[in-house]
Amino acid sequence: MTDRRDPLLTVDGLSLSYQTRQGEVQAIRDVSFELARGSALGLVGESGCGKTSVANCLMRLLPDNARLSAGRVLLDGQDVLLLTEEEMRLRRWRRISMVFQAAMNVLDPVYRVGQQIIEAIETHGVESTDSAARERVARLFRMVGLDPQLMERYPHEFSGGMRQRAVIAMALSCDPDLMIADEPTTALDVIVQDRILRELKAIQQQLAMSIIYISHDIAVVAEVTDVVGVMYAGRLVEMGDTSDVFRAPAHPYTAALMSSFPSVSGERRSLTSLPGEPPNLSDPPQGCPFHPRCAYATDVCRTEYPPQARSGSHWAACWHPLDATLVPQS
Amino acid sequence: MESASNTPETPNAQATGSDASDGEPLVAVHGLTKLFPVGGGPFRKPSSFIHAVDDVSFQLGHGESLGLVGESGCGKTTVGKLLVKLLEPTDGEILFRFGDPDAPVAEASWDSAAIKGRLLRSFRRRVQMIFQDPYESMNPRRTIYDIISEPLSVQGMGDVQYRVDRVLEILTLVGLTPAGAFLFRHPHELSGGQRQRVAIARALVIRPSFVVADEPTSMLDVSSRAGVMSLMQDLATELGVAYLYVTHDLAVARYMCHRIAVMYLGKVVELAETEELLRNPLHPYTKALLSAVPLPDPGRRRQAPDIRGDLATPIDPPSRCRFYERCPAATAHCLDHPHPPMEEKSPGHFVACYEV
Repeated sequence: MTDRRDPLLTVDGLSLSYQTRQGEVQAIRDVSFELARGSALGLVGESGCGKTSVANCLMRLLPDNARLSAGRVLLDGQDVLLLTEEEMRLRRWRRISMVFQAAMNVLDPVYRVGQQIIEAIETHGVESTDSAARERVARLFRMVGLDPQLMERYPHEFSGGMRQRAVIAMALSCDPDLMIADEPTTALDVIVQDRILRELKAIQQQLAMSIIYISHDIAVVAEVTDVVGVMYAGRLVEMGDTSDVFRAPAHPYTAALMSSFPSVSGERRSLTSLPGEPPNLSDPPQGCPFHPRCAYATDVCRTEYPPQARSGSHWAACWHPLDATLVPQS
Repeated sequence: MESASNTPETPNAQATGSDASDGEPLVAVHGLTKLFPVGGGPFRKPSSFIHAVDDVSFQLGHGESLGLVGESGCGKTTVGKLLVKLLEPTDGEILFRFGDPDAPVAEASWDSAAIKGRLLRSFRRRVQMIFQDPYESMNPRRTIYDIISEPLSVQGMGDVQYRVDRVLEILTLVGLTPAGAFLFRHPHELSGGQRQRVAIARALVIRPSFVVADEPTSMLDVSSRAGVMSLMQDLATELGVAYLYVTHDLAVARYMCHRIAVMYLGKVVELAETEELLRNPLHPYTKALLSAVPLPDPGRRRQAPDIRGDLATPIDPPSRCRFYERCPAATAHCLDHPHPPMEEKSPGHFVACYEV
């Protein structure tokens, strides 16, 4: 029996690279974090920062040219990376499920939507009879705000928001402990986005499920997560309770990300843009990967990767954290 | 490279609604309508019509930037395409008054419907478009110089040396420096933010008076988005360009636009100055849209938007208020009457709703 207080997920020193014709691209470098049961974690960063690669590692859905060079991913104490493909197949959807960014491409156009979810349920032996599986899908449909009668429809009869809900219903179909939502609402309009995020939050609390939200939209992450991790150039550069990180961002990159984000509320403060471009990950810069774009960079930043500066659960990998309460760890 | 600390400032206050030179708007749109036939064929009449844009009127001043905001399918992109003559309207008129001395036509105003042939070419010198997707809107086989200089050669402006100079100048203006290093690169060598700067350069190289920008920043990462936004604003002030800024993102429109028009199912339902619209939304749809925007502040809890159901179909909608089915404030009066007209509730603040 696992202790309820143990973290559900522990990612420890994860490093991943892709072999390409241009050389080895270091997509994830030494990423470590924990996720408590029933809590929601957000991973934010620009495209190419490695956030989707982290999700693909957790799901073990990696392309052939990917190479895991180090690290462990413990789900309930068991290393997901050491499982055989068959063992992993049994855990996908049952233990970890994922809502992909392109919901349009997840559903098979020639099968009824309900049937596709029933299939997932029966394949994993969650329900033994067809009628029980059907009943379960109807319940899931109601949970995500879809009329159960829509089970008999085909994907092309669904709007974008309805498809995204169906995909979420599918991801919930086998009662996973952890759901990874990769840009779940990016392609949707704000009113639909608002509804889906509210439903996800309610379901998460109701089922005591953990969710990892991957998004470039920091406003979405601010609203739905308990803990947030900021990624830059394959590294996790800051992490902490969402309220702490947003109130007092410690890493200059996090601060830059926030001040470049427009908001409809509050005073209309001016936006600042980040100079330069993210580094080329086949040849990342020495020291802190953010130093070429950082206003606070000094000589040490250019030569040595910074240690974590920490205050409680809030930390930032920075030589000069903006929040002075963060203390560098030796 | 993007220059450090570009800061989008408050849009120029003097350019709001009307113009500086002769008081006439740059663009005046009256009763603009675009219907797309559904279910027709070569030998069959269409069975119904999508009312993409339905009786839309607004004006845009010289150097002004107007945001057209709404959900996907509300017709905002169609309005943009009608204004640049990528589509012809079913009904209604669009009048342009460029007010520049070297306009090839002496007429005071240009009726969009009459612009054809040679006139179309000189029209395109004044009206340009920036597309959403910087990956799809450029020919991958051509160099940055080819892409940006094409409008100049189409317009027959200057010789090669002149065009090279103009391209170098505009590349510097859009922050792609050193400009010489970008001339002979190809689009795939540039990041998304840099490509969108090239797209802006291409639209502005011939110094148009009016640019329709269709979601120019929605495909960009947050960090490069702020840079492109402030660039577009700086250039608007510097070159005196007016924008119609088509976007689904109210937060972006807030930073880019003097005024915002909110569209729902082919109709403009509310139009006001940006801060007025955000602080004091009057139409129930604007209120719902505004309250659905997530806030980058974990301490704040938003109210759920007050709206029912999903987007209705724009195919042959009933003549009553388009928002009726979803409206929390709808009454029997709304059911029995045609779509409400736009009324000025306070100076410059227009709303189409019976219950306001």
